[in-house]
Amino acid sequence: MMNACPEKVIRMMDDYLDGEISPSEEKELKDYLQSCSDCRKIYQELTKTIAFVQSVSHVQAPPDFVQKTMAGLPKESQRVGVKRFMRHHPLMIAAALFVLLMSAAMMSSFSDDQQFSFTKQENLVVEGQTVVVPEGQTVIGDLTIRNGDLRVDGELEGDVTIVNGQYMASSGVINGEIEEIDQVFEWLWYTIKGTFQDAMSFFGGDDQSIEE
Amino acid sequence: MDALVNKRIKRVMKGDQDAFAEIVELYQHQLFQICYRMLGNRHEAEDIAQEAFTRAYVNIHTFDQNRKFSTWLYRIATNLCIDRIRKKKPDYHLDAEVKGTEGLNMYSKIANDEELPEEELMRMEVQERVQYEISRLPDKYRAAIVLKYIEELPLAEISEILDLPLGTVKTRIHRGREALRKQLSNL
Ligand SMILES: [Zn+2]
Repeated sequence: MMNACPEKVIRMMDDYLDGEISPSEEKELKDYLQSCSDCRKIYQELTKTIAFVQSVSHVQAPPDFVQKTMAGLPKESQRVGVKRFMRHHPLMIAAALFVLLMSAAMMSSFSDDQQFSFTKQENLVVEGQTVVVPEGQTVIGDLTIRNGDLRVDGELEGDVTIVNGQYMASSGVINGEIEEIDQVFEWLWYTIKGTFQDAMSFFGGDDQSIEE
Repeated sequence: MDALVNKRIKRVMKGDQDAFAEIVELYQHQLFQICYRMLGNRHEAEDIAQEAFTRAYVNIHTFDQNRKFSTWLYRIATNLCIDRIRKKKPDYHLDAEVKGTEGLNMYSKIANDEELPEEELMRMEVQERVQYEISRLPDKYRAAIVLKYIEELPLAEISEILDLPLGTVKTRIHRGREALRKQLSNL
């Protein structure tokens, strides 16, 4: 560009190429380019450059790109895997639940003998039908007690489930959930709940919005 | 399209990889294209595009669903490309020092190292030559030019992808355009 060329020409060219020039400036630019061959040459080279850049054909990702990318991802959470399995195999899930319910019902009629039992954990002491976490002792692990009570004088690190029994007012500490189950039917429900919950959340609630 | 993508993203957020495969399917070519034009090399482009998708997947919970997914994805990819380009520079730098060239600044050393002899340029196909000249642009102009003229994205979107004010994006496009004009003037 010659020294004589007005400084705003470059700015106007840029605005024009950006598609952001006012009609009056566009006319000014075109008139000017008619009169100045140096600036006209620059303008033509710029438009040619843009055309060249735009003309490079579009490249495609390699054919195995999706598969490779997916294989490189960190493993998905198991919960969703189970959910998807249920989405794809609703009948199988229904059948499995049926079998589970039936066998659980049979088991309960079998063991209807009100026997006292509890999860064996270190440091636990039994007084009659009461399981005791002694003072100054710590028991680590989940605890299930059937047909008996629980007293915690020391410390318990874990969840507690008491079936047909109760948690006695105690001076100790439980770092976990306590669940008391009184009925045999509730116990049944409790045993199948884990499996059932996933199925329920699939049939109802926020997962209703299954697309396609 | 955006509604469809957002539905998939909701599923991905719950950890559903199948939904993410559909996202990859949808954006793979555009993302690969951006990386390829930025890096000038298929192998590297594949590498970086894959990395960009992985990062999007791992960080999907940070994606704001009120915004455009492609903008977010392209931003991850262009950042990775720019990182890659910058990491490569020290090699040129070291090479140039070993040769013991004096009185040249770093920029001209890099430019000299990358420049091919005239007769070789003349033998190139137009497309190859254009790609070569794009990859000789400084990385900040390169990203702007690729997004503007190859992806044909609006300036506002480019400014969001590059996280730069609109004025800066325009300046980079103008400078990149001017540099390319000079580089391609003998074509
Ligand atoms: Zn002029």
